[in-house]
Amino acid sequence: MINFLYRNIGRFIVLVLIQVLILNNIQFSGYVNPFMYVLFILLLPFETPNWLIILSGFVSGLTIDLFSNTIGMHAFATVFMAFLRPYVLKIIEPHGGYEPGTFPRLYYFGFTWFLRYSIILVFSHHLFLFYIEVFRFTDFFSTLLRVILSVLFSMVIIILSQYFIFRK
Amino acid sequence: MRNLLRFIIRYHFVILFIFFETLSLILVVRNNNFQKARVVTYFQSTAGYIYNKIDILTEYLDLQKANQKLAAENTELKNILQRMYRSDEVFFYSEHDTVYRQHYFYTSARIINNSINKQHNFLTLNKGTGVGIKPEMAVISPEGIVGVVKGVSNRFATVISLLNTDLKISGKFKKNDYYGSLFWDGRDYRKVLFREIPYHVDISLGDTVITSGFSTIFPEGILIGTVYDYEVKGGNFYEITVELSTDFKNLDHVSVVSNLQRQEQLELEQLFDND
Repeated sequence: MINFLYRNIGRFIVLVLIQVLILNNIQFSGYVNPFMYVLFILLLPFETPNWLIILSGFVSGLTIDLFSNTIGMHAFATVFMAFLRPYVLKIIEPHGGYEPGTFPRLYYFGFTWFLRYSIILVFSHHLFLFYIEVFRFTDFFSTLLRVILSVLFSMVIIILSQYFIFRK
Repeated sequence: MRNLLRFIIRYHFVILFIFFETLSLILVVRNNNFQKARVVTYFQSTAGYIYNKIDILTEYLDLQKANQKLAAENTELKNILQRMYRSDEVFFYSEHDTVYRQHYFYTSARIINNSINKQHNFLTLNKGTGVGIKPEMAVISPEGIVGVVKGVSNRFATVISLLNTDLKISGKFKKNDYYGSLFWDGRDYRKVLFREIPYHVDISLGDTVITSGFSTIFPEGILIGTVYDYEVKGGNFYEITVELSTDFKNLDHVSVVSNLQRQEQLELEQLFDND
């Protein structure tokens, strides 16, 4: 149990560093802005209590906010994503449920399952994040385009990370 | 209490979600200038909308009073008209007949913001440059003078109220034409001070004070108020307290007066001032 805690905290630090030091500096033509740190919420163990998911969503979002000077925006999006996580997990639950000792990763449940799981949550996160950033609905479709492009890019990074960094 | 606890425990996930989302939103609005400006603008326009509706309602409720005021003003205007006809006849046969020129132009407006409790009080009118209102025009109500237009936008105008310690206007006694200056001392919103009336002038309580027409802003003869109290101050001059005829707490419809010959008069006066 303690081991889990350390591993999750370690993963949190690594993801925040990657996000702040590398990905925040990537901006393709002002449209695409990948956010990989949401992987922290995605990879929390199944047994994590709901309140802890929301809390870690808030903390991780606020941490990114502090580094990118957008106080509250990431926190808003990440809390929403953390709120959706238990429901999404319930909807896409495989036959027989989640076995003990497994984690919500590509390694355990396969590519399709992980793609569905992560794309719903990442999309909801990006949707909230980008709309609260522009804070109006006048440029609705141009914002939506940014959301979709960023989701694609974030998804590529997240899926790749499943093969190379966070295998187990 | 127990039910409340049970409720919180049962829905703790949703409650936590709402709590953290609200917290994040507050953080967003407080720390990001763009979002803050948007929210502030939104609330302001909503408040403006509500105030507007309330104003429409109160205007309706005040209709009876407004009607009475209009009727009183109408009778007064009719009286003036009658007099005008008679004097016109005389001028018509005069040798030095001059072309009649309109001197003042009146525009009606409504007061949408007003204060009386500061030292520098301002009013806001619901009309602006769109209907020709410019700075330095006089504002009068059916009961007497109100102030002078200070700033204008397309649809609004701010007016320096007579209840502003910065405003000084020229007034005179109706009965003997002795003139002096009037200003507010910042105390009672119903009274202003009237100075520079020499000691030898015969005055009594209740004398009417009207505008002198010297300032090129106010037409001559607009009612200001009546003498409430007077005392001799500094030897040669009276210090007179004038009770205002205008009730600044109860202003609604006003007229903005523009002096059509003001420019000409000022230019002429300027010519000799420069020497």
